[in-house]
Amino acid sequence: MAFRLKLVPDNTAFNFFRWQWLSFGVSAAAMVGSVLLLLVMGLNFGIDFKGGTTIRTESPTAFEVGDYRQAMSDLDLGDVSITEVFDPAFGTTKHVAMIRIGTTDETGSVTPEQLNEIEAALKTVDPQVVFAAVESVGPKVSGELIKTALYAVGAATIGIMFYIWLRFEWQFALGAVISLIHDVLLTVGLFSLFQLRFDLTTIAALLTTLGFSCNDTVVVFDRLRENLIKYKTRPLLDLMNLTCNETLSRTIMTAVTTAIALTAMLIFGGDVIRDFVIAMLWGVIVGCYSTIYVAKNIVLWLGVKRDWSKPDPKEKAPGEDIPAAFRDAP
Amino acid sequence: MLDIPFWKRLLILGLVALGLLYAMPNLFYSRVEQHNDAVTAAERNGFESQEDAAARAGWPDWLPSGLVNLGLDLRGGAHLLGEVHVRDVYKARMDALWPELRDALAAQRDVVGAVRRVQAPEGQLAVEIGNPDQMAKAVEIARGLAVPVTSLTGAGQSDLAISASGNRLTVQLSDAEKAATDDRTVQQSLEIIRRRIDEVGTREPTIMRQGKDRILIQVPGIGSAEELKQLIGTTAKLTFNPVVSRTADANARPGTGNVLLPSMDEPGVYYVIEESPVVTGEDLTDARPSFDQNGAPAVDFRFGPSGAKRFGAYTSANIGQPFAIVLDNQVISAPVIRQAITTGSGQISGAMNVDESTRLAVLLRAGALPAEMTFLEERTIGPELGQDSIDAGRLSSIIATVAVVAYMVASYGLFGVFASIAVIVNVILILSVMSMMGATLTLPGIAGIVLTVGTAVDANVIIYERIREELRAGKRIVKAIDDGFSEAMSAIIDANVTSFIAAAVMFFLGSGPVKGFAVTLTIGLVTSVFTAIYLTRLMIVFWLEWRKPKELIL
Repeated sequence: MAFRLKLVPDNTAFNFFRWQWLSFGVSAAAMVGSVLLLLVMGLNFGIDFKGGTTIRTESPTAFEVGDYRQAMSDLDLGDVSITEVFDPAFGTTKHVAMIRIGTTDETGSVTPEQLNEIEAALKTVDPQVVFAAVESVGPKVSGELIKTALYAVGAATIGIMFYIWLRFEWQFALGAVISLIHDVLLTVGLFSLFQLRFDLTTIAALLTTLGFSCNDTVVVFDRLRENLIKYKTRPLLDLMNLTCNETLSRTIMTAVTTAIALTAMLIFGGDVIRDFVIAMLWGVIVGCYSTIYVAKNIVLWLGVKRDWSKPDPKEKAPGEDIPAAFRDAP
Repeated sequence: MLDIPFWKRLLILGLVALGLLYAMPNLFYSRVEQHNDAVTAAERNGFESQEDAAARAGWPDWLPSGLVNLGLDLRGGAHLLGEVHVRDVYKARMDALWPELRDALAAQRDVVGAVRRVQAPEGQLAVEIGNPDQMAKAVEIARGLAVPVTSLTGAGQSDLAISASGNRLTVQLSDAEKAATDDRTVQQSLEIIRRRIDEVGTREPTIMRQGKDRILIQVPGIGSAEELKQLIGTTAKLTFNPVVSRTADANARPGTGNVLLPSMDEPGVYYVIEESPVVTGEDLTDARPSFDQNGAPAVDFRFGPSGAKRFGAYTSANIGQPFAIVLDNQVISAPVIRQAITTGSGQISGAMNVDESTRLAVLLRAGALPAEMTFLEERTIGPELGQDSIDAGRLSSIIATVAVVAYMVASYGLFGVFASIAVIVNVILILSVMSMMGATLTLPGIAGIVLTVGTAVDANVIIYERIREELRAGKRIVKAIDDGFSEAMSAIIDANVTSFIAAAVMFFLGSGPVKGFAVTLTIGLVTSVFTAIYLTRLMIVFWLEWRKPKELIL
């Protein structure tokens, strides 16, 4: 017998509903907690959403953030924040700082003269400093970007809901959407808790998470539908447990391969994209959890029609993609 | 599902081979890039220099030469999002209309009476006439100046909205004409920006319209957004206006129809000039840097026939009067007309150095931006940062692929090897499709590819897990594999469609790096379904036919 790495043994029979009130409580608490965090701590919006200017400096010599701040204090730039960026790839010869300057006018940008002044000021404390990137976004655009981002998340959610409703039943669609909202809230909550930079790429990560989490949910639903046809009289709860156990190996496999790939990106992908990868990695974890503990629980509570033998004219006949051998099974 | 006809096998393998072929240029990125640059240079110049020929020889002509475009965040460069002040043009149109309207009304002076231009909100032209009871006649005359709107939606409507009350006649652009004008203004700005950037000759600039009145400009390889702004942000609006008076008072009241403008090289000197120009930069056909009779840098210019005629008529009628050469609301100089200039050519001289005269000539030649632009978003990314991101992206993709392959092989043995081959082919296919489409790879896009490495095996996992179940249920190998594939299909399709919805939303609503990410993700979804279903199945079928296995441990 050849060696096979199996994280999930064959023929598991976990009762996923045994702790359903606990898992429900945890999910609900996490969602409420996320909302509270959002209200209390807010998000660390990047310039995409808040407007302003960021400067990324690079220097071969170590520097003190305090020195930079001191050097820039006379320039009258308003709200300035300086953070040092760390990355294992930098070694000892590269020291990076992010300087963020609040928005001042319509264009949100510091003028080229100001930029020269900043550079000159920093050169007095750190002669070898260079500006690796300078980005400015005006408040007009940033306001629109927030709106677009909200539309994007909303449109993706509605699109996915509509598709699932089309392919399955409305209960499934609702279950999937609630688990999507759960995932989005928890991801936003994480960003609020650790004050990670929340910008346009974070929205992209959120949308990807939506797709991924839903992907997972759909695979479980697909199998549930199949089992509903196969076993017409077994209680729904049993069927759900059966389905979940049958697909558990796949759920874990896929989550692990995705997590492996993202972890490689997290460690070696550089600091520019780190927050983006964190959002996706967290999304994968939360998405995996919500597939098992949120989506189908909602479907269980909503109940679902049990007689799948007659194709519903409103939707694609569920039996169509099921092989003939199963269609008339008891 | 397991008997795949020969033509289908050939098609699957052919597609993979094609993908390999089209992805290959990316392995030799700089060499192919030089080759492509040499080809475009030769096309533009009509001949091929020695260096270009050498660069072109670096990559065979008969091989595909499409490359994945690197986004600004990877290559370094500048990004600007500009908003065109489309309303500026309304005012310019009204100012240009005034002499025409004045002449038309003056021709009927005995009917409508004396005509005077009065203050009006920007974008409106208001005149008062001497005989208010003949207003109907004045309106009719003004209507005579209107022309139908030339646009698809506004066709048939007049371009002027004319209203009258008392002795006051107000003219402005009609709504249909405003919409058509806005569109033209943005198109024109786009065209002029493109010409100006092309004059500098950078590689693959992205210049496109966004929304109603915005223009997105991305130029790889340029030093900073500031440089780019200097290149395109200067309006270079050149006009020749009659001078009313010269003053040292910065607060002098110029009077209706006139404006007070500062002199460019004499500090503290102001000119009151008539707002309606005699000729404008648009009448220019050529502008070249040169030197004046004192050897100072200057710009020679030449008018087209209609501009030359108007300029000739004006100068012959106003000998002894000064006229102003105005550039971007500053008076460059205000020479006195000594004789009629009918040749249609002239010279601008003033305090400038050779660089400035060269740039001014470029700007005049490319034409003025029809309206002012403000910049809402500016980004500069240094080339080193981009290179660091490429290196980090490459390293992490390789590590991710190796780790996923190891995990798949450990989990599924030989079938894991099949899945791994499929995943690697998938990455190659993504690159080849992006090269063929000329799509842009951004840093989030690289993350998208890495993510695809993780998710592409998902379809295989669904299939393999299914096959395991079928085997456990006691089915024979071939039957189990066959059922595994067919049963897994609906789950795979549904799962990919939901991801596709999310990616499509990102594509339509996103911009820049996010869009790049969405493109990569979408291409990855399509190619991963192909590799996971068709390619893996073909490999399994080959294996089944070759080994005819009696048992399968999965």
